[in-house]
Amino acid sequence: MTLEQIFQNVVEGEMAAVEAGVRSALEQGIPADRILNEALIQAMAKVGRLFEEGEIFVPEMLFAARAMQTGLKLLKPALAATDVQSAGKVAIGTVQGDLHDIGKNLVVMMLEGAGFEVEDLGTDVPPEKFVQAVQNGAQVIGMSALLTTTMASMLKTMEALRAAGVREHVKVVIGGAPVTDAYARKIGADAYAADASVATRIVRQLIA
Amino acid sequence: MTQHCNTVLRSKSQTVTIQRDRPTVIIGERINPTGRKAVLEALQAGNFEVVRKDAVEQVAAGAVVLDINAGVPDADEPALMQQIIRNVQAVVDVPLCFDTANPKALGAALSIYEGKALINSVNGEKRSLDAVLPLAREYGAAVIGLCMGEGGIPKTAEARFAVAAAIIERAAAAGLALDDVVIDPLAMALSAESGAGRVTLDTIALVVKEFGVNISMGASNISFGLPDRKYINATFLGMAIHAGLTCPITNPLLAEVNTAILAADLAMGRDDYGMRWIKAYRKREKAKVAV
Repeated sequence: MTLEQIFQNVVEGEMAAVEAGVRSALEQGIPADRILNEALIQAMAKVGRLFEEGEIFVPEMLFAARAMQTGLKLLKPALAATDVQSAGKVAIGTVQGDLHDIGKNLVVMMLEGAGFEVEDLGTDVPPEKFVQAVQNGAQVIGMSALLTTTMASMLKTMEALRAAGVREHVKVVIGGAPVTDAYARKIGADAYAADASVATRIVRQLIA
Repeated sequence: MTQHCNTVLRSKSQTVTIQRDRPTVIIGERINPTGRKAVLEALQAGNFEVVRKDAVEQVAAGAVVLDINAGVPDADEPALMQQIIRNVQAVVDVPLCFDTANPKALGAALSIYEGKALINSVNGEKRSLDAVLPLAREYGAAVIGLCMGEGGIPKTAEARFAVAAAIIERAAAAGLALDDVVIDPLAMALSAESGAGRVTLDTIALVVKEFGVNISMGASNISFGLPDRKYINATFLGMAIHAGLTCPITNPLLAEVNTAILAADLAMGRDDYGMRWIKAYRKREKAKVAV
């Protein structure tokens, strides 16, 4: 199977075909980092674009991400051996008091698909946990909130990052239905991301 | 067969009874700044015209109870809640449903409200039960209990039923009548979990069979992430009404929602000879001519 076919199967969310494709590509001796970059990462970039444009919907994006992850798992041993660097370390969670996770999960998957090492902190994440993630080496923090009333937890987390003296060591991106660019500026976050595809682009810029 | 509960709500002069043999009660959802930028910006600017207009339009479109949410970031929620209530009560005379997770805002709302309100909501967590149930008792309000507890939102209908049962038990211990407890089974997005709709419908059936209580729910979450959401919402509403939903929190200005509820009531035998259906049809036709 060619890289082009793997790419297409990721876009279409064909998990089994991606698995078979990556296996055969490795057997053919195609370097793991080429499979990663030219098939998986580019496919997820396309999926993100299609989602942003309203061409595909949440379930299709989830299927694509799952197919990508299947391929990534097969590549991991080979990637570790060739010492390929991850694009960066990101920790992401839904803020304290909020249990919504669909959007957050999409961002996690898109970031993984873009080659980042992602720590998923889950939902209802207290400020201390974000602080801890930075202390553990996260270069970027992603915060999600779906309610106007839980947005305040973003501010609390920003304050906690400052109080712990780690604000300068990390970039902060926020998102979620009620969140705006103006709110990001107001609480001193580095950026607002409107959707998972934009989030990936912004994270890449922030740690370039 | 379990007795059907009567949840009676009152405004200054109107009484609304939610009961399974009567037409479905629409709780209008639009007075809520979450996801509605116009409302958010107006409230931030101290302008209540949008809220007043939302109240009048929703009642005209068939809402018989209005949900009031004052969730503006960084705002003084108790004070804002009271201002919204005064503005809404100045233009419509329908019972209100106070939608807040903040006990102070809830207390502020109940303390100035004339009538019998619905509280949205309490959940199965001890902290929530301890804060909300005494307020419901003190002000004689009815309360919506969400099927989620200390461990988050249960994945199965049986586990959600168990949370509902625990809330009902705690409410009784706090001195609330079973008639004044409404259960919300929670509707999650089908785009992320294919079984989400079934869990909700099965939870409704289990709770109604055991307790006969009224059932509320926000029905639009179910279609998140999918195209043409209105068709999904309308069909799901009809199915949920069959399962036992009696007072959905929804947008009556959407024709699909409104007609789905009317058709479901007709099919359930709660609209004698289709007179409400016919009346609503004439109203739609008249609106078409007016345009």
